[in-house]
Amino acid sequence: MKALILVGGYGTRLRPLTLSVPKPLVDFCNKPILLHQVEALVKAGVNHVILAVSYMSDMLEKEMKEQEKRLGIRISMSHEKEPLGTAGPLALARELLTENSDPFFVLNSDVICDFPFEEMVRFHKHHGKEGTIVVTKVEEPSKYGVVVYEAESGQIQRFVEKPQVFVSNKINSGLYIFSPAVLDRIQLRPTSIEKEIFPAMAQEGQLFAMELQGFWMDIGQPKDFLTGMCMYLQSVRQKHPEWLHVGPGFIGNVLVDPTAKIGQNCSIGPNVTIGPGVTVEDGVRIKRCTIMKGSRLHSHSWLESSIVGWSSSVGQWVRMENVTVLGEDVIVNDELYLNGANVLPHKCISESVPEPRIIM
Amino acid sequence: MLKAVILIGGPQKGTRFRPLSFEVPKPLFPVAGVPMVQHHIEACSKVPNLKEILLIGFYQPNEALSSFLLKAQQEFKVAIRYLQEYSALGTGGGIYHFRDQILSGGPQAFFVMNADVCSAFPLVPMLDFHKQHGGSQSYVILGTTANRSQSLNYGCIVANGETQEVLHYVEKPGTFVSDIINCGIYLFSPSIFQHIAEVFQRNQQELQLEENSSWQRTEVIRLEQDVFTTLAGRGKLYVYKTEGCWSQIKSAGSAIYASRLYLSQYGSTHPERLASTKEGGPTIRGNVYIHPTANVDPSAVLGPNVSIGMGVTVGAGVRIRESIVLHGAVLQDHSCVLNTIVGWDSTVGRWARVEGTPSDPNPNDPYSKIDSETLFREGKLTPSITILGCNVSIPAEVVILNSIVLPHKELSRSFKNQIIL
Repeated sequence: MKALILVGGYGTRLRPLTLSVPKPLVDFCNKPILLHQVEALVKAGVNHVILAVSYMSDMLEKEMKEQEKRLGIRISMSHEKEPLGTAGPLALARELLTENSDPFFVLNSDVICDFPFEEMVRFHKHHGKEGTIVVTKVEEPSKYGVVVYEAESGQIQRFVEKPQVFVSNKINSGLYIFSPAVLDRIQLRPTSIEKEIFPAMAQEGQLFAMELQGFWMDIGQPKDFLTGMCMYLQSVRQKHPEWLHVGPGFIGNVLVDPTAKIGQNCSIGPNVTIGPGVTVEDGVRIKRCTIMKGSRLHSHSWLESSIVGWSSSVGQWVRMENVTVLGEDVIVNDELYLNGANVLPHKCISESVPEPRIIM
Repeated sequence: MLKAVILIGGPQKGTRFRPLSFEVPKPLFPVAGVPMVQHHIEACSKVPNLKEILLIGFYQPNEALSSFLLKAQQEFKVAIRYLQEYSALGTGGGIYHFRDQILSGGPQAFFVMNADVCSAFPLVPMLDFHKQHGGSQSYVILGTTANRSQSLNYGCIVANGETQEVLHYVEKPGTFVSDIINCGIYLFSPSIFQHIAEVFQRNQQELQLEENSSWQRTEVIRLEQDVFTTLAGRGKLYVYKTEGCWSQIKSAGSAIYASRLYLSQYGSTHPERLASTKEGGPTIRGNVYIHPTANVDPSAVLGPNVSIGMGVTVGAGVRIRESIVLHGAVLQDHSCVLNTIVGWDSTVGRWARVEGTPSDPNPNDPYSKIDSETLFREGKLTPSITILGCNVSIPAEVVILNSIVLPHKELSRSFKNQIIL
């Protein structure tokens, strides 16, 4: 089986992290975002992953070569000369997708959830039509485009963009499985699959909805990245509690790479991810944070709801909160206060940032 | 024989020092570890032949003041008395009211100083200067140089460059007059009372002309506006200019600045009051005062410009910089206190951050003074040092930024740029 992952552009919403690393390679809970998806796809029997990218990245290609070897699968890159939206890339990859008549997966690259790929195949084969969309329940459907479908069969009736009156609380989760026939509907030009392709398919009774069990999050921006981390760690707690770090000073769900060093009298958690080679000095308090590879948190610092990018350094008695994001190799001097700061890579911060802003 | 008078004001004054002045008379507020006015008393005690210090103010006699005076009297071996005005009489009215007390024993001269200034107190040089400039018929104002714009907030002195005679005096002018300002420290010969008496009589005559102005007591006399302005240019008033450190202590923010000035003086005057990094003790950076009864964890890092009061507890991994921690306060592990006054018996929780914005004078201008800032500017609280009143409790892990917390408050969350009633 094949899968097409819509990687798209520069991942500007996840800057400053994506200034150093292409978005699919940004670490989410100590594993590149893309690998969460690719590994789940491989488990479901996918042996050929196509990445639809609209920019060139040597780093991404090199990493994918390695993953090809490691996972024993084929990974192709499909380069768009101009951004083709969410449907155009399917047309561009037509040849690869039609090498056989199996249905293929399509997924947005920002989605984190308990990927239900095997169930999708079963569901899709059961109804036998052109497409299946995975839908997920949200609390405030008025912010999204919702999917209205027949409860019993899952057959989609229509889509309603930002409904003012309640019609459904299910939204498109960005995970699809299609039969190759769907490609006849898509031309090689910028096209939105959600707005231009799905409504027609629904009208012809060719589109079905499958409800996602468990958590789901679009982690395309830092705030949601952290929320997604909390959800992911909670699902780790249920499925692989042995992955989580326990012991004095650790609270709730905390993921610590074995190569990280943790000092004395720290209080870590809940909802913290500490990457490889990270050093946490004595008396540090961390909650709801991701600390990426090679960073150092100096003693008595306090971090909440923040992301510390690769190889950064946070000084003694620094307080970081409110979705502060440090890019790669950022140095925060001692005793500073960062409130919602977005710090670009290779910066040295020597003054507090009391109100949210971008530090160029 | 010499005397000194320290004008300590009263409870209705010093509102810019709230909420700290609710708990203790402002002259007793600790600056660099000792009550503000003790710096004056100590300087007086070093003047040869100075026999008595009189504190004049309108505080009700109270335990804090009298026990302080008793202690100071023993420590500095000089007679100290408190004279209470029946109401606020102004800087001239107070000394005029108590002129008999001041003159008893026949002093040749006496100092008058405001309690709310911080100074190196060059009293002996002032005495020498007085002898050289007219002696018993002359009076000396201690002056210092300010920058042009800030001079407008002070009493401004125009002096003869050679004789140092004061030619013109104006209090807080609207436009620039002179960059020499009045430090609030004077040396008077007894004949000054004749000039104050003239003002007193003039007030009395004016009062008789106006029927409905009984509220304006004849006894209320301001040295600056009423006396100095008329004495200027009459060959009696001289200015002794000092290059030594000087600052007003009007706002709580200026108390931290004044502490810094006094702590740096301690290097030569009281090295024993300065803490240093020792085996098994906390890390000390710059000038730090720690009361002997304070309990400071060896992993804490203090300074520069930190004063730790009696019985204070500083936990493991605590950081304190540019702050005054008053007696009985508890700073729990890993907390961080910057540019803050922590009130008596207050508690700062673990990993809490309490931070203010310093209102220091421009460091690049040697003549710059601290602005006794207004609390609000354009309807917004101006960022200033953070003040925790007495018995305030700050929970763990929150941030308190540029805020003033009134006494006996138990906070439950973070606050920024607020006055918390």
